Amino acid sequence: MRNYTIGGPDAQEEATGKQSDIRIMAGKVKWVTDIEKSVLINNFEKRGWVQVTENEDWNFYWMSVQTIRNVFSVETGYRLSDDQIVNHFPNHYELTRKDLMVKNIKRYRKELEKEGSPLAEKDESGKYLYLDFVPVTYMLPADYNLFVEEFRKSPSSTWIMKPCGKAQGKGIFLINKLSQIKKWSRDSKTSSFMTQSTKEAYVISLYINNPLLIGGRKFDLRLYVLVSTYRPLRCYMYKLGFCRFCTVKYTPSTSELDNMFVHLTNVAIQKHGEDYNHIHGGKWTVHNLRLYLESTRGKEVTSRLFDEIHWIIVQSLKAVAPVMNNDKHCFECYGYDIIIDDKLKPWLIEVNASPSLTSSTANDRILKYNLINDTLNIAVPNGEIPDCKWNKSPPKEVLGNYEILYDEELAQGDGADRELRSRPGQSLGPRGGRSRDSGRTVLTTWK
Amino acid sequence: MLQEESDLALIIAQIVQKLKGSNLYAQLERQAWASLQRPEIKLESLKEDIKEFFKISGWEKKLQNAVYSELNVFPLPSHPAAPPEHLKEPLVYMRKAQGSWEKRILKSLNSMCTELSIPLARKRPVGEQKELLNKWNEMGTDEPDLSLFRPVYAPKDFLEVLINLRNPNYENGDSHSFRTHLGLIQVPLKVKDIPELKEFFVELGLTAGQLGIDDSTQVPPELFENEHVRIGQKVLSEQDSAAAQQYIRQGSPTALRAELWALILNISSQPEVLLCFSRDTSVLGHFAYNSASPPKSYIRGKLGLEEYAVFYPPNGVIPFHGFSMYVAPLCFLYHEPSKLYQIFREMYVRFFFRLHSISSHPSGIVSLCLLFETLLQTYLPQLFYHLREIGAQPLRISFKWMVRAFSGYLATDQLLLLWDRILGYNSLEILAVLAAAVFAFRAVNLMEVTSLAAAEAVLADLSTLKVMPLLQIFLFATVT
Repeated sequence: MRNYTIGGPDAQEEATGKQSDIRIMAGKVKWVTDIEKSVLINNFEKRGWVQVTENEDWNFYWMSVQTIRNVFSVETGYRLSDDQIVNHFPNHYELTRKDLMVKNIKRYRKELEKEGSPLAEKDESGKYLYLDFVPVTYMLPADYNLFVEEFRKSPSSTWIMKPCGKAQGKGIFLINKLSQIKKWSRDSKTSSFMTQSTKEAYVISLYINNPLLIGGRKFDLRLYVLVSTYRPLRCYMYKLGFCRFCTVKYTPSTSELDNMFVHLTNVAIQKHGEDYNHIHGGKWTVHNLRLYLESTRGKEVTSRLFDEIHWIIVQSLKAVAPVMNNDKHCFECYGYDIIIDDKLKPWLIEVNASPSLTSSTANDRILKYNLINDTLNIAVPNGEIPDCKWNKSPPKEVLGNYEILYDEELAQGDGADRELRSRPGQSLGPRGGRSRDSGRTVLTTWK
Repeated sequence: MLQEESDLALIIAQIVQKLKGSNLYAQLERQAWASLQRPEIKLESLKEDIKEFFKISGWEKKLQNAVYSELNVFPLPSHPAAPPEHLKEPLVYMRKAQGSWEKRILKSLNSMCTELSIPLARKRPVGEQKELLNKWNEMGTDEPDLSLFRPVYAPKDFLEVLINLRNPNYENGDSHSFRTHLGLIQVPLKVKDIPELKEFFVELGLTAGQLGIDDSTQVPPELFENEHVRIGQKVLSEQDSAAAQQYIRQGSPTALRAELWALILNISSQPEVLLCFSRDTSVLGHFAYNSASPPKSYIRGKLGLEEYAVFYPPNGVIPFHGFSMYVAPLCFLYHEPSKLYQIFREMYVRFFFRLHSISSHPSGIVSLCLLFETLLQTYLPQLFYHLREIGAQPLRISFKWMVRAFSGYLATDQLLLLWDRILGYNSLEILAVLAAAVFAFRAVNLMEVTSLAAAEAVLADLSTLKVMPLLQIFLFATVT
């Protein structure tokens, strides 16, 4: 007998009424979703799964982030049973909200520093050698004064303002003068007209004004990372990530700071640009990016870049692992946004809990369809009714286009000092082996 | 023996003549003068000492590369009395066909321009000149409104012309010999068969290592890849053009490709002013060995007077729909515009021009089509007949691949591995072989289709194909 309902008291009776129908369908995975996307639904249907409503007994629920909030909220009092799986962790926002992500990473770094870990090593100017992958960031209005102090140190710098809870580039703007964010000042005169809670939470980060340009255009990387468990950490990287290009040539000129077509790579924004191309959608595969960089910059620096990218993803997951509710009913597929600067240093911009499943081009549709397919193969083994007590260790054959990014259990088996050897910049050594598609052999442990 | 010697003397004379006008000659001259300051250069043994200096300083190598480059590009002289048209194209009927095709294109171009009231050759008015100078550095994002322009022609139109080519001296008549050709191309050009192709492409054989096969993740790098990369680096440090061309037959490592191509194509490392291809008059030089001729126009009122003739476009090349696909893959290798341009220009005047002019050259599009059809008919006769029966002549599908040298159809890394071999073998024949190999690979599915549209669908997506295994299997691992 399940305690969990979303619909409320009436749903219970409806559910028992359908008991006989459900008995016929027993054995097939029952799925629900509140995201009407064909890439999802086609994948469920091709497995012969049965669609049910959220009020009925279901095994698999692909939820939007709003729904997961309700499911796991204190009021509803949930209890998922052993044969139910959902696609989000209850407090995923520790990673996917811009302010909390930064908070957790800062906390993680301080902890490592306190325990004297070599990972927290700093250089002469006080910058972390291996953990400096998030641009300097402050919360507004909370850290307003701290921000002002930092701003005054380099007054000609550009900063980017992002609302904590929005996506698709909404509400983002660039500033280079303090006057432009007067509103968020804690003792601003306007605060007497508004209460703190109505002033929307923003983060302000140092803008990366020297992005790597290709064809004169700025781009960012979208990489998909699947996490099946946080403790022990087991995560997979999707090999088929892509780059999103701006349609307008990049310029750091202050006169173009408010031209979103120059600065924001979100497809939701770029697709309204004059030069948007509907066939390629302004996207490159990561494979092509690698080809371009190897051809023009050489193999070593390219491999180093990709190693670093994998490194920062794993570190970000380790940072939130201690505070994540490692509910065994959960898995999550994140959309990581990474920007590479012109010194080939990757920066973590943000992590999305609900990466867009909309397809902007035909290739896009194929990619997202395969992404969901491979994700389901890992999260729901053999496409059968799940048992969340399983060890979450899928065989290699089902990975599809995923590859193991980090497996804490395996890593620990190899000895604690592996951590030290796997910092970026260390020589790969004989265990490096092939690094064709991902260059992250240092971090994988399946060799 | 005597004939060979006099041939050689003729070749040497021609190459010397060509190089005398080049930048390299001027540089060598300067270097020779400057070397007189050096202590090791003695008056008594001036010639020998300067030669020795050139050898040590690497200038001899540069000269060697230039000579090698000329040998690759220019056809060997035939008879000293042969007229220049023979250099462009020895067969009269081919020349005539190219001539008519050109007339058709020009007519189409002229009428489009008349329709849109756009003059093809005129001096830019002063106001426009000023504007252009102001915007010189940002030309990349500035585009004229092209919405009214139509492509002058599409590959399909060109194919129709090739299908109708006939040699008036050749009577195919009633003799239905074994070699009766059932394809679309009906001219008797000599093309290689598989044994000859195996010999020609010997480095692609099963016993030789290949990039595109032996660098896959399952193969330990010590077996082939590491050594191959090391050799590549050595070739680059020696700056030896001929060695590079031989080396690249087994594929180029990604990180070395840009430099290797530049070495093979003998690109100068001097930063050149970036020219818009259509305005680059140096391209006119390739018309000496191209069966095509650049269209000429005369300033108004001066028809027939050579002093008032202009080529349009200035480089003489009228592009067709899809032309930019020749450049696109190169953008993965060169981010510096001037290098990128030089590479493209060289690739065009050495190879790509043959894909859209009518000639009897073994790398010309006519020969490639015939080679493709012959390979298919000879080695996959069932498939060939089946496709012909259902109205899906294979060439109708593969033509667009070959005309674009597969650009836009293959994944970029695969395309670059293919173009490595074009450079390595100094021939486009590999395009026809690959086209046949693709059909062989999809033969099972193709045997089941019953229409041209269905056949097109089976062959619509080549983006997942790995070219080297396909070529190897087709050439070396299929029972013939």
